[in-house]
Amino acid sequence: MVSERESELRQRAWDAAASVVDPEIPVLSIADLGVLRDVTLDGDRVEVAITPTYSGCPAMNMIALEIEIALERAGFRRPKVLTVLSPAWTTDWMSEAGRQKLRAYGIAPPQAASSRRALFGAQAIACPQCGSDKTELLSEFGSTSCKALWRCRACREPFDYFKCH
Amino acid sequence: MAAANIQVSETPLVLYALRRADDALILGHRLSEWCGHAPMLEEDMALSNIALDLIGQARELYSYAAKAEGRDNDEDKLAYLRDVRQYRNLLLVEQPNGDFAQTLVRQLFYSAFADLYWRAMMTSRDATLAAIAAKSEKESAYHLRHASEWIIRLGDGTDESHARAQAAIDQLWAFTGEMFVVDDGERALIHAGIAIDPGTLRGRWLTTLSDVVKEATLTLPQNDWMQQGGRAGRHSEHLGHLLSELQSMQRTFPGQTW
Repeated sequence: MVSERESELRQRAWDAAASVVDPEIPVLSIADLGVLRDVTLDGDRVEVAITPTYSGCPAMNMIALEIEIALERAGFRRPKVLTVLSPAWTTDWMSEAGRQKLRAYGIAPPQAASSRRALFGAQAIACPQCGSDKTELLSEFGSTSCKALWRCRACREPFDYFKCH
Repeated sequence: MAAANIQVSETPLVLYALRRADDALILGHRLSEWCGHAPMLEEDMALSNIALDLIGQARELYSYAAKAEGRDNDEDKLAYLRDVRQYRNLLLVEQPNGDFAQTLVRQLFYSAFADLYWRAMMTSRDATLAAIAAKSEKESAYHLRHASEWIIRLGDGTDESHARAQAAIDQLWAFTGEMFVVDDGERALIHAGIAIDPGTLRGRWLTTLSDVVKEATLTLPQNDWMQQGGRAGRHSEHLGHLLSELQSMQRTFPGQTW
């Protein structure tokens, strides 16, 4: 049986880890993103499981380091961060709060695509600035692995779209 | 003194992981050579992003190869301290970037295969390989779409871009056969349900390619003579030059870290 103290402790560890934000999109925490998968306790040692967004995402190293720092600050000694590949991360795990925060930040949140194999796809992504759906894709690959670059034809502003994955 | 080459005990499983890791690393490195040189900023970012995905896949596969080998090799040693004859990648991925059409045709040939291959590998009985496949499959789908759209633009573009795209297809075609070949060691892994038989994917690969090439008003060559050797360490002269750049830091300053 899990003692009350233990579940409290685990919650504290979870909250500390969940406070870490994506270094490229600082409005999103790793909990919003669905990157934070699990927190386990063994005595006063804590182990955090995270899942990478993209195989080569350079933010993962930094996120792991930030988690260790956050846990040490919260009083946990020798925290350990594990990377788990399975099940593979998907944008479906992004919380509704996360989607709203993204939009408010100026990034269009992921939308289920008609088919990711359709060429020159006629996907309509609403502009996070003015809300218009008169938008066009500029580049399938944007400033980070997880984003594509779009442009709004109504307000003429370019914007990032968080790709469906 | 320059760092010496490591020895690798190439059991079928180690060799299997190394071959896929080498494909991803070498192609990723080739794409990274475009960084700062692509025809436009968006493509500079796209090619670098694809390179990043591939290098990420390579890291997972090298780590797994090192674990399967169970000696003191690791992902860095496998990438930086093997010589050209110890590399096991496809000849296709080491071919020079050439012009933009050549880079994108190479990418189309590889991504059309990788997309099918990793999707099929998601059913592997090996949990780590199945997990790597599940991640790689998602990434490959984007890479394939990117390359397909470019080949259609180039082929169905100007006379110049059409001619260059066709020349690239004709030149690289002979390197595609190697993707579908397996040796005895790999056949044993296929029978054990750890690997899948790439030969079963050739029909679908050809259909994907034919659709793109047809829309691009280009044609696939009819000749079926195929060049092989990379999987066994017999490479074109290009790989040595590539490795001399990729490995120069670790060869010059052994064990150097950030």
